Amino acid sequence: MRVLGIETSCDETGVALYDTDEGLLADALYSQIAMHAEFGGVVPELASRDHTRKLLPLIQQVMDDANVTASDIDAITYTAGPGLVGALMVGASTAHGLARAWRVPVLGVHHMEGHLLAPMLEDDAPEFPFVALLVSGGHTQLVAVRGLGEYELLGESVDDAAGEAFDKAAKMLELPYPGGPQIAKLAEEGDPKRYRFPRPMTDRPGLDFSFSGLKTHTMVTLKKAKASGEMDEQHRADIARAFEEAVVDTLVIKCRRALDKTGLKRLVVAGGVSANTRLRERLSLELTKRNARAYYPRGCFCTDNGAMIAYVGAQRLNAGEQDTGPMRAVPRWPLDSLVPPKSSGI
Amino acid sequence: MRIFLSDENAQVAFGSQLGDVFAGHGLVFMEGELGAGKTTLTRGVLRAYGHQGAVKSPTYTLVEPYVLPRTDGGEWHVNHFDLYRLADPEELEFIGGRDLLADDSLALIEWPSCGRGFLPAPDLRVMLSVLDEGREAELTAHTPRGERWLVTLAEYLAPQA
Repeated sequence: MRVLGIETSCDETGVALYDTDEGLLADALYSQIAMHAEFGGVVPELASRDHTRKLLPLIQQVMDDANVTASDIDAITYTAGPGLVGALMVGASTAHGLARAWRVPVLGVHHMEGHLLAPMLEDDAPEFPFVALLVSGGHTQLVAVRGLGEYELLGESVDDAAGEAFDKAAKMLELPYPGGPQIAKLAEEGDPKRYRFPRPMTDRPGLDFSFSGLKTHTMVTLKKAKASGEMDEQHRADIARAFEEAVVDTLVIKCRRALDKTGLKRLVVAGGVSANTRLRERLSLELTKRNARAYYPRGCFCTDNGAMIAYVGAQRLNAGEQDTGPMRAVPRWPLDSLVPPKSSGI
Repeated sequence: MRIFLSDENAQVAFGSQLGDVFAGHGLVFMEGELGAGKTTLTRGVLRAYGHQGAVKSPTYTLVEPYVLPRTDGGEWHVNHFDLYRLADPEELEFIGGRDLLADDSLALIEWPSCGRGFLPAPDLRVMLSVLDEGREAELTAHTPRGERWLVTLAEYLAPQA
């Protein structure tokens, strides 16, 4: 089955074509391609979340890349939530419109299910079951994945996501956006012994995260350093180092607990923060100790993309699931309310 | 009006009093530097409407909507915005800003300066600043409704006779 996948839940417009026999045929993200020709000029920055203008040209591009026409597409899938309702509606209405025109089934899927199963797009895909750490600017979640549609939320951030904490700490340190790589670079020069920042919510049992307090701690530390007049480049690096150590340590401690709790030996790490070198080093050390293994989706599948949606939709459509009613756009949709594929019952 | 908030508990408690005064309607701007406690104050406001769960930062999603049951069988609608990532105020249109700012709901807006030109004047502006110990909230009314809120709040905060 050949499935067109559409992702428009937040900033990125992603489209991909996945074949259940041949794998991923084509995949495109708005920011990766020059579409100036289609629009006759530069797309203004203010349209960065205006998926309407980008989606159809992007679908055309994916079909051209895979050298297919409409008649080669067996089904369409889209992100039905969670996300921004206005953004979701663009993907949902386009998917439903095309499905009606092409007379093919259509299915709305869960954005986070896409992230959880993104490593399945790799040659070296993990087997079920595994623990997934999703850690990005928008999410910090630990999930036990036992199979398609069998997810248990083990823990999540009660306030800021880890990537957001990186971005905001970077802003306080007057580093450019995106903050993660900038802090990591500055932290290289930092003395890990000068400061020790708190490891939020590690002193009590449980797998939830909180990074808002760490942001405040960073701000107070900076203020004190500035007030004492001893703020220099080394000092900034020391603060960056202490901050990075605290975030990484917290993530590693919670991953260890999640593996202990579930008894699982496979850990999938996805999301923008999974690119952090110190996190990868620390996790690999920790996992080797317990004879476990980490899996990382390739960089472009760690952030929002159409391929993961096409993959998840293809699995569910192939199992007979499809939208039977109107299009769906669900801004809030708990991940653990999902169930394994069921046929539509028609 | 200026209020001193000694710690996180005081911030949440004050937020909850604000929530009572807002009674589920209006437009409130919340300003202050990163880490000033805007989201913590929001947690308090939402507590006034019975929300006990986590209050996630809306930085990434731009807006987190809350629908909470009222004791009279109706619903409270509270929308918590963070416009920090908005590239242009017009983008508010694309995320359904008009619907989310409807008068039958309460809108709490962090980084309102990023929505300048699209957002109307707020009923109330809350400016949070970090002191050496604790924080200070400075409240300014910009509409008759905001002025009524401040009168009610002053009665709330007045020492019990």
